[in-house]
Amino acid sequence: MFRFVLRRLLQMVLAFFGTTLIVYALMFAGQGDPIQALAGERPVTPAQRAYLTEKFHLDRTGVGGFFYRYLDYLKNLLQGDLGQSLTGRSIGDILAAAWPVTVKLALIAMAVTILFGVTAGVLAGIRRAGLFDNATLVLTLLVLGIPTIVLAPLAQYLLGVRWPLFPPTAGADPDLFALLLPGIVLGSLSLATALRLTRTSVAENLRADYVRTARSKGLLRRRIIGVHVLRNSLIPVITFLGVELGNLMSGAIITEGVFNIPGVGFNLFRGIRTEDGPLVVGIVSVLVVVYLVANLVVDVLYAVLDPRIRYE
Amino acid sequence: MRVRRLAAWTALPLAVTLGLAACGSGGGSGTGQSDPDAAVRIEIAEPQHLVPTNTNETSGSQVLAALFSPLVDYDEANKPYEVAAESVSSSDNKVWTVKLKDGYTFHNGEKVTADNYLDAWNYGAYAPNGQNSSYFFEKIAGYADLQGDKPEAERMSGLKKVDDLTFTVTLTEPYSEFRSMLGYTAFYPLPKAAFSGPGVLKEGYEQAPVGQGPFRMKGSWQHDAKVEVERYDAFPGEQPKVGGVEFRIYQQPTAAYADVLSDNLDVIKTIPTENLSTAGTDLGDRFQQSPASSLQVLAFPTFQKEFGNPEVRKAISMAIDRDEITRSIFKDSQQPARSFVSPVVAGYRENTIGAAGEFDPAKAKATYEAAGGPKKIELSYNGDGGHKDWIDATCNQLKANLGVECVGTAEPKFADLLTKVKAKQPVGLFRMGWVMDYPSMENYLGPLYSTNGSSNYYGYSNPEFDRLLAEGAKAPNEEAAVKKYQAAEDLLAKDMPVIPLRYGQNNFGHSTKVKNVQMDLFDRVDLLKIEAVS
Repeated sequence: MFRFVLRRLLQMVLAFFGTTLIVYALMFAGQGDPIQALAGERPVTPAQRAYLTEKFHLDRTGVGGFFYRYLDYLKNLLQGDLGQSLTGRSIGDILAAAWPVTVKLALIAMAVTILFGVTAGVLAGIRRAGLFDNATLVLTLLVLGIPTIVLAPLAQYLLGVRWPLFPPTAGADPDLFALLLPGIVLGSLSLATALRLTRTSVAENLRADYVRTARSKGLLRRRIIGVHVLRNSLIPVITFLGVELGNLMSGAIITEGVFNIPGVGFNLFRGIRTEDGPLVVGIVSVLVVVYLVANLVVDVLYAVLDPRIRYE
Repeated sequence: MRVRRLAAWTALPLAVTLGLAACGSGGGSGTGQSDPDAAVRIEIAEPQHLVPTNTNETSGSQVLAALFSPLVDYDEANKPYEVAAESVSSSDNKVWTVKLKDGYTFHNGEKVTADNYLDAWNYGAYAPNGQNSSYFFEKIAGYADLQGDKPEAERMSGLKKVDDLTFTVTLTEPYSEFRSMLGYTAFYPLPKAAFSGPGVLKEGYEQAPVGQGPFRMKGSWQHDAKVEVERYDAFPGEQPKVGGVEFRIYQQPTAAYADVLSDNLDVIKTIPTENLSTAGTDLGDRFQQSPASSLQVLAFPTFQKEFGNPEVRKAISMAIDRDEITRSIFKDSQQPARSFVSPVVAGYRENTIGAAGEFDPAKAKATYEAAGGPKKIELSYNGDGGHKDWIDATCNQLKANLGVECVGTAEPKFADLLTKVKAKQPVGLFRMGWVMDYPSMENYLGPLYSTNGSSNYYGYSNPEFDRLLAEGAKAPNEEAAVKKYQAAEDLLAKDMPVIPLRYGQNNFGHSTKVKNVQMDLFDRVDLLKIEAVS
């Protein structure tokens, strides 16, 4: 087990540098005129252009220029310096301000998913084809069918403005309550997926041989479902949730925009819009680490859930 | 779309009752007394910079307007009058004498002197500092010596201190509107404390700028979140009627709008287009409109043969029904434009393009065919600015009225569009927007149409026009200058290098907790007029 984890951690280092290279290359290739992008529609003075070009080595183009800038970036990265955005703010500061609020938001969404999605999924799986099962099926279909870009403003309007149960926007330093509505909106999509996954998995395992054996031994129904069935059913769900954690953090662009939360999704969007290579690479690098760690945790959890899966 | 309509319908009964209630209580300002110590909350976007010479967007200049007091401001007729200056005068429009009012202090207690202005302006003009607004100083003698990688000088020869409260500015050429320019953000002073050495700005100054205006910083700039300011009691000028302002940073106007509806925010400066149709019912008379300085045009690449003939350009203008597009696409959030300058500047005249601005499909088609206009017209725009709807509508009108093929082509960003235009690649007509730097007719003409204009992307060059602009700059007084500029504008009407389409408008709204909300010419909330209602 220990060796397995160590090997995975070493692989992570490689994966991390690989992704920074790819993302940097993509941003580099897609770079038009970041200075004009920053100025919007205003004319850029030659002095301003010269100043920024020199500061960010924007005159270095082509393959040679790419490696020059990428290695320059890496050199600073290894010294713990993520560089500056085009407006002169340190990217480290931007990330430090953006991450905490996004992590909070993702965790709330995750909690909502686990609490309601998995519970309802188990119930629906046990009473397959019952009223509850059919009702949740219809509801999840509905939720999966509404894109966030519709759901978020609608929730904001109905629950924030029309019937003011929640504050309509959360802002930069929100309390838990203000994050609740965006968290629910963000989590609703993964909630629906988690519910259906759990339901299918539980329903399938209920028909398995070991359940029949347990039943004929006279075990309590509570114990059969709570221990035997659930442990086996959660493997696909855990897999899904592990990947989803990263998705929730990076995919909150719309939700964060609607509820005015200056988090990671918003900064990613801003970085892409202003062709800010270093900012995008910085965010994506951290996201990659989140994905890798989540994947590792999921793999280790497999072993806990299913004794047949053990790593050398 | 469908959902929003649904929301609008559900909002209607509620909004109507609100609106009625508002009418009943005397226009939404409540019956409450105004509270001189309350803070108001105003929506902005994240500023790019908060150094006066580096700030050229509305959000940053809104914050700086609280922290600094300008040399001049503009009255109802958009004419400059002195604020922090005692007088700005010149006998020949070339050597200007600026006298400062006594009694102004910076928020750190420093007395404001002529040096503070000279230091700030020299810092802004010095090319290696890479300041966004450095070009505002280009009319001052010696500006050229501060340009390039290794400038010859660090201070402009045209700036001279006379005594603690007086300095002179010598321009390279006479310029009659120099006094008007001085109201712009770039001309604020900087305290000694802002510099760590001669000409070196202290690291982190813009995180908590020290100014000499009616408000001072409360804490520092919290990026992507807010900037807070509080009243500065030692301010000698007109005191504001509120205790402070929280400039809250929003990424999207829709979020700000939701907050204004529920009184979580006091002023939204730009109501999003999708909410405009319901803003009147949502906010009642707390929804306001005022003229803004922006001008939207369709520009011609006049260097291309098919658009080289002014008659073709006029015919296309004649085939566009401005009123219809303004009404149906923009829900009257903008105004149809039939002149090259905006109504917010002195010297504006209505309808200077004459017949070219009258919608007349039959005449347009006849003119177009007689002049041999191209069979296919392309309209290029930037896809990130919400222009698709009006471009498509314009295309449909051209198809119907001129019998030509027409396509709208989206470039990802305005920068991409400019790159193509500068390289003279055929993009067809392209959209442009202009926001003035300072209220003067010249600012709508010089940069855009003079042969060496900084934003002249159409290859338009008319020696007569250049001559009139030069004469306007040398004119002995503002009236005489305006006359010359109007003559120059008449030349544009003959040549039609661009088609003026629409003037911008401020569509702003406020909560029930404030009153006297007004916007100035720079699309900023007037912080000396706004009042909080308790």
